[in-house]
Amino acid sequence: MSETHHHHGHDHDHAHDHAGSATMAQRVATLVGALERKGIVTADQLDRTVEGFLAHCKPANGAAVVARAWVDPAFKGRVLADANAAIEELGFDMSHWAYVKLRAVENTARVHNVIVCTLCSCYPLSLLGPSPTWYKSVAYRSRVVRDPRGVLEEFGVHLDPGVEIRVWDSTAELRYIVLPQRPAGTETLTESELAELVTRDSMIGTGVCEAPRR
Amino acid sequence: MQRFHVGDAVRARVMNPAGHTRLPAYLRGKPGTVESVHGLFPLADERARGVEDASRQALYTVAFRAEEVWGADAGEAFAIHADLWDGYLEPEISR
Repeated sequence: MSETHHHHGHDHDHAHDHAGSATMAQRVATLVGALERKGIVTADQLDRTVEGFLAHCKPANGAAVVARAWVDPAFKGRVLADANAAIEELGFDMSHWAYVKLRAVENTARVHNVIVCTLCSCYPLSLLGPSPTWYKSVAYRSRVVRDPRGVLEEFGVHLDPGVEIRVWDSTAELRYIVLPQRPAGTETLTESELAELVTRDSMIGTGVCEAPRR
Repeated sequence: MQRFHVGDAVRARVMNPAGHTRLPAYLRGKPGTVESVHGLFPLADERARGVEDASRQALYTVAFRAEEVWGADAGEAFAIHADLWDGYLEPEISR
């Protein structure tokens, strides 16, 4: 490895005749390698930290929030007013390495919300788990702010022409979660049965929740 | 400091800083309306440069109308909301 001799130079392991830069995997490997060589972290510590972190981050968390909002109008009011405080009632929090503000936006018969991060891939990780690859793709990030209805059609979400679409570009310190509409015909379901109807995509806005088939 | 309030007409500045910024290029120069105010947050542009005491600026959610962003080709009326720091915005003079 030549970089041990070139602390301030380029990484000369890579050919420079390609227009693109190093892949993300290469960059991460280089960074991790440097941290390990300097004794700042071990591979073991990194693995345990990432696994411990992700063990608590899953779409079931967001689904629990949505289901509670469906059955408890007062809770829904609190989620819409101060989502950080409301999700703490269910034992969830948004603090990863720094405070981020969570905002819930509600789908109704007249308004459909969809979230994106056009600049990178900001996402409510603790409520939805790791983001899907398409959420991080240039195609989704660039197109959903230009033609949201067309993008939603490709996801199989067909909105009535009169429905107003609101796109939320998570450009700074807020993370968004969509409160999808409760499907018709679910009046008799329990809160935990309702939570099973709440998909990850419905909380991004690229899906809708459906009643269980009979 | 907070210069704007909910309902204020604003315009995203046209800027092309050499370093990191969280003002998306597609919104620069576009007029919008302050939809909500979130309090003071350290400016990402300075944090990315490693400034220890990054200035804390008011952060707003600004609503942009699709036709203001994309012109008549927007196709339909929809809204784009973005979270923008005070310094990214200037007051919009009523037209």
